[in-house]
Amino acid sequence: MTKKLNTPELSRRALLKSAAAGGVTLAATATGVTEATAAQALEKETKENPITTKQDWNQVLGDGVDANPYGKPSEYEKNVIRRSVPWLTASPESSINFTPLHELDGIITPNGLCFERHHAGIAEVDPSEHRLMINGLVDKPLVFTMEDLKRFPRTNKIYFLECAANSGMEWRGAQLNGCQFTHGMIHCVNYTGVLLKDILAEAGLKTNAKWLMPEGADASGMNRSIPIEKALKDCMVAFKMNGEALRPEQGYPIRLVIPGWEGNMWVKWLRRIEVGDMPWHAREETSKYTDLMENGKARRFTWEMDCKSIITNPSPQAPITHGKGHTVLTGLAWSGRGKVDRVDITLDGGKNWQKARIDGPSLDKALHRFYFEFEWDGRPLLLQSRAIDETGYVQPTKDELREVRGTNSIYHNNGIQTWHVNAKGDAENVEIS
Amino acid sequence: MSKFPKILSIIFCSLLCATPVLASKLNLGREATKAEIKAWDIDVRPDGQGLPEGKGTVEKGEQVFSEQCAACHGDFGEGVDRWPVLAGGLGTIKGDDPVKTVGSYWPYASTVFDYIYRAMPFGNAQSLSPDEVYAVTAYILHLNEIVKEDFELSKKNFTSIKMPNEKNFFADPRPDTPTMKKKKPCMENCKKKVKITKRARVINVTPDQNKNSTSKE
Repeated sequence: MTKKLNTPELSRRALLKSAAAGGVTLAATATGVTEATAAQALEKETKENPITTKQDWNQVLGDGVDANPYGKPSEYEKNVIRRSVPWLTASPESSINFTPLHELDGIITPNGLCFERHHAGIAEVDPSEHRLMINGLVDKPLVFTMEDLKRFPRTNKIYFLECAANSGMEWRGAQLNGCQFTHGMIHCVNYTGVLLKDILAEAGLKTNAKWLMPEGADASGMNRSIPIEKALKDCMVAFKMNGEALRPEQGYPIRLVIPGWEGNMWVKWLRRIEVGDMPWHAREETSKYTDLMENGKARRFTWEMDCKSIITNPSPQAPITHGKGHTVLTGLAWSGRGKVDRVDITLDGGKNWQKARIDGPSLDKALHRFYFEFEWDGRPLLLQSRAIDETGYVQPTKDELREVRGTNSIYHNNGIQTWHVNAKGDAENVEIS
Repeated sequence: MSKFPKILSIIFCSLLCATPVLASKLNLGREATKAEIKAWDIDVRPDGQGLPEGKGTVEKGEQVFSEQCAACHGDFGEGVDRWPVLAGGLGTIKGDDPVKTVGSYWPYASTVFDYIYRAMPFGNAQSLSPDEVYAVTAYILHLNEIVKEDFELSKKNFTSIKMPNEKNFFADPRPDTPTMKKKKPCMENCKKKVKITKRARVINVTPDQNKNSTSKE
């Protein structure tokens, strides 16, 4: 099909003419000439040809070393940023922003793009003045400096962190147009830190120690209740993310890591852990982070993040721009219960499904990257992804969730997302029958 | 020595030595002093553990509230702009538009005390005295018709306060949708017709952003 374009008899003027009017482009498509190939042919003959035109960077010297002692992305990546939805919250200090999932690949979220959620702004903590206290039902209440903490045996783990309210705006129907906004309250980084059980062992747990209450050093004094079984199983006190110190907005100098459980519990700027024999029922586990059902009853201690997936490309912020032909669909899947076993993709709104290809590491309670390559014939698509984890949990449809939970539960919306891709390649957040 | 035990010990070690096992304490950190614990240990539980000495009346609470809290929460806890509504909402929790307030939703009064004591006023946390926190808590409980106008809340009578919505909280029953064991997901000819029922563009509440995404798949 593209051969026809490359033949000399197809004049440049004819191509320009067809590119000038959208309608003509459609006619060209009908004869087998796509927009993308037309643009490629144009490129060959214009002054903007990137091969025959010398670029500045081909000739002159660039910046030397140390121009950026701490490196930053290319200026051409300036759209790759966290974004917020200002109408969601009362003030930016007690608010949230979103990871640009549609701009990323692989499973690791760069530190500067990890979504932020603060309850009283970012605490700028001086690590030399920071202490971690363990008190309550312990043999000996202890205080650790940062230096003390780094003398425990260290461990490295890649985990996702998802806010329980991720996709919470979508309970009543398609609302925000972009996976950054519908699914961007998630990140996945490599944590370096020490096991919480080792720290607790230093203080010595009393036999009636059943619950922990971690507390932050910020002006919200964030506190939650955690059952001791989870704390001893896999929780970490982390001081590094992706190899470097935690960012201030992620809890510098230390945060709690609670694999697979809702992000609110991963207390940032961690300064104290009290050991007790019953839960505290703090504000963030009673008035918030409880799931209200239709009958007026509310689920509490809904810690685990259910298996979920999202197609990040194409999506409303990342349309298909190449016209019809070979297309790479990609996205993310995860489960708070372990590894993701399988991701299914549908192009036709759930009539038929095919297995996607999971590529890269498949790690416990970490993001999984999937791809699905296909020939797009230019017809509209209704895209969905469905993840299944190693426990056999199947990501439900949004309607299946509404059937059991109603639409007022705010949290834990892991329903299947639908993107409608039109003939131009533009995508929209929709719901389907 | 035969090779066999050596291999066994390697297997044994590869099982046990994969993660560092702490045989004994590392003697890291130092003992926290009583003064240090007192300075930080401010949490309060539903059973009253952690309540400081003190007391405060609804009347005193109204005064503190109007000075320290009303700018965001409104004089009667009705909430200004998008700041939290603290009072009212009784009977709305089952409805289409639930208004979750201290009175309509919160299961324990201790949570009100604990949260105010640690996090309020917003931007000037931990500036209220225990007596002021008892008073403000009493006032909020009064706004929600849980205590009378002449009530004085104290460490002594705190656990006598029962919240109307406590009984409506229950344990997490998930998973609550079909798993592979119950129902394998359909792969072919799963439905005949598909229609778009809801569209985000109609709602049109997504923030404006630069359209030129750098992403090209």
